Amino acid sequence: MKRRSKSPVVHLPELDGVLPRYTREESQLIPLLQEIQDTLGYISPEAMQVTARHLNVPESSVYGVVTFYSQFYLTRQGRHKVKVCQGTACHVRGAVEIIRAVSARLGIKPGETTEDFEFSVERVACFGSCALAPVVVIDEKVYGNVTPEMAVRMLDELV
Amino acid sequence: MTFADIQSRAQAAAAPFLDSSQPRILVGASTCGKAAGADDLLAALPTHLKELGLAIEVTQVGCLGLCYAEPLVELRGADRPPLLFNGVTTESLGKILAAYYRDGEPEALATMTDQPCGDTPAFGQLPMLSGQIRVVSRNFGRIDPENIDHYIARSGYAGLARALDMDPEQVIEEVRTSGLRGRGGAGFPAAIKWELCCNEEAGQKYMICNADEGDPGAFMDRSVLESDPHSTLEGMIIGAYAIGASEGYIYVRAEYPLAIERVEKAIAQATEYGLLGDDILGSGFSFHVKIKEGAGAFVCGEETAMLASIEGRRGMPRTRPPFPAQSGLFGKPTNINNVETLANVPVLMEHGGAAFAENGTERSRGTKTFALAGKIARTGLIEVPLGTSLRHIVFDIGGGIPDEKTFKAVQTGGPSGGCIPAELLDLPVDYEHLAEAGAIMGSGGMVVMDEDTCMVDVARYFLEFTQAESCGKCVPCRLGTRQLLLLMNSMARGDSKPGDIDLVLDVAHAVKAGSLCGLGQTAPNPILTTVKYFRDEYESHVKERRCRAHKCEGLLRYAVVADACTGCTACFKACPAEAITGEPRKPHIIDPQKCIRCDACFQVCKFNAITKS
Ligand SMILES: Cc1cc2nc3c(=O)[nH]c(=O)nc-3n(C[C@H](O)[C@H](O)[C@H](O)COP(=O)(O)O)c2cc1C
Ligand code: FES
Repeated sequence: MKRRSKSPVVHLPELDGVLPRYTREESQLIPLLQEIQDTLGYISPEAMQVTARHLNVPESSVYGVVTFYSQFYLTRQGRHKVKVCQGTACHVRGAVEIIRAVSARLGIKPGETTEDFEFSVERVACFGSCALAPVVVIDEKVYGNVTPEMAVRMLDELV
Repeated sequence: MTFADIQSRAQAAAAPFLDSSQPRILVGASTCGKAAGADDLLAALPTHLKELGLAIEVTQVGCLGLCYAEPLVELRGADRPPLLFNGVTTESLGKILAAYYRDGEPEALATMTDQPCGDTPAFGQLPMLSGQIRVVSRNFGRIDPENIDHYIARSGYAGLARALDMDPEQVIEEVRTSGLRGRGGAGFPAAIKWELCCNEEAGQKYMICNADEGDPGAFMDRSVLESDPHSTLEGMIIGAYAIGASEGYIYVRAEYPLAIERVEKAIAQATEYGLLGDDILGSGFSFHVKIKEGAGAFVCGEETAMLASIEGRRGMPRTRPPFPAQSGLFGKPTNINNVETLANVPVLMEHGGAAFAENGTERSRGTKTFALAGKIARTGLIEVPLGTSLRHIVFDIGGGIPDEKTFKAVQTGGPSGGCIPAELLDLPVDYEHLAEAGAIMGSGGMVVMDEDTCMVDVARYFLEFTQAESCGKCVPCRLGTRQLLLLMNSMARGDSKPGDIDLVLDVAHAVKAGSLCGLGQTAPNPILTTVKYFRDEYESHVKERRCRAHKCEGLLRYAVVADACTGCTACFKACPAEAITGEPRKPHIIDPQKCIRCDACFQVCKFNAITKS
């Protein structure tokens, strides 16, 4: 049975260039959401409605996928993204201590964003640079052999 | 164009690169090289070369496997043997270049030939290379991974050319002779899987490469895709031919942007050369490959969950049968292989399955890559014949434990694996022996732990991971991992009850027996092996409320030794929680209520004035 989307018609001009490049198949859901997040920075409720209509899938499926995969953010993220590796190699070389120090410095827990939208902090399980553990990734740049004190210093330099 | 034509054209194009007497600078630029500073070196090179009046081409290569020594730079030419330099910084780069290309005495790690030169050993003589046999990693650091000519000139795609001259059944027979087993974790014989899929009658079949590499602490597949993407791609094309698939997907985790970029380039180049796409090498066989980027879910490494994810749904595993070989992607017969499994295929197709089977043990044939990380002197990527002892890997290749600490355990198989204690160091590393010890081979991550690692904390850590990654579909895994985590958390806080260790074991066995997929079935392994081999650590957490490794948060207290403290304010400045007070040149004080146990003060204190208890 062909499903028919009941999502309201929402228009997000930022996505005008994105949507036409995706065929209307469910298998496009994750790649489309990935590009929407690249464009908007996160997946807003309106973006989920637009996606549901475009692919003709229920909004609940879109919401299910967005909340299932840790890559998708439901809220606006900070200007600087601080990702602290919590993989096994980093864990045994002191990653927990780094996340504690970073959280204390910024006053937010992992998964949160500072009120001024300057920083978001996230725990990530392994960047594959385990040989240089512990690893912190700030705005896509990978730093190896980080100490809690170094991590805090790097944040202070970004302020 | 015939394959012989393609080969001779590639050989001509790659000749200047492969001739190591020609002046050239090679920089190891995979993710770990870049993290260690390779990008800064690449940016600084033009200025240095200009200063020295040198015009030398710079090539980015993959990972030589000596990650502890990154960034690595190889210099060639200048009437000297090619030399490999380790730990190069933007400061030392100029000096090294001047010494090598002018007439200085460069201090190198190794020569990149078979011969030593003075005190400098040959690359193959380095302790880290002892006992290594490089099959999957044959091209690592030896070619430009973004240049298909380099790969072909080093006999790449010869295996594919040979396979296309055979029947699919003969190809499968060759794989059977090799004894190749899946490198993604379960160790299932590749030939049996291919045969099942080959025998299915269907117009459309799929070949999938599993590059999700979810095991935290492992980076073998990343290294393969970054250092030699064509080997996996070629293996995939051969597999597709054997099972009769016309379409394929490479499912790569999103945390590996460089791997994705290099695979994209490899696909484009192979297509341009007629090695991929329609009518490959004029054989009439067509195969198309797309990349699917993961979205951050460990369970999507499980094959049925991966299929759901590619179809655009939540990555939840389903019961088998039907097996993917019967009903997989979009309901069509599908074969899924790991990156490393596939990277072995071109070699065994080129040289024959029997030659491949010469390495390894009776039931575990071939070589295996391992990612050495954790508390080990030489971290990096290694490849050894299956059956090599753990002791050889940890101590001879890895150089043992740094800082004069003692070895406690090595963790294999990630969240599905176990911790192997010192008593079992002579264990041969193969599928059977690791399973007997309660661990698993897994995909090849090896995280070494020393006396400062708390085994209760490690087990708790893995549980935290699997509990968060449990997809929630089946009850034993969803609720069982949660209960296990709560029990482990109370041990770490120091408020567990007598009998909790046995309760943990009970729940662990139930989760193992009752879960739907491999995630839940293996999630208790880290607990089961740590209780088996390190029960005394559990006892001291429960009975004495003590964590001997000073790791578990609730059992840890930082304090200043007033006599040793010089009041230098280093700890005060380093504390991100404002938990330290005091005036300069007077002993400082830590407020235990405010202390977040981030260890910063302990690490910056030069006077051993901070204690942990
Ligand atoms: C929870 C879970 C996670 C897995 N993650 C991976 C993975 O990241 N990479 C991988 O190759 N196999 C992974 N596997 C194993 C795959 O399901 C599958 O066995 C493998 O890809 C088959 O390829 P092979 O036969 O070449 O090893 C995982 C299995 C489970 C149960
Ligand atoms: S464990 Fe941190 S990068 Fe792999």
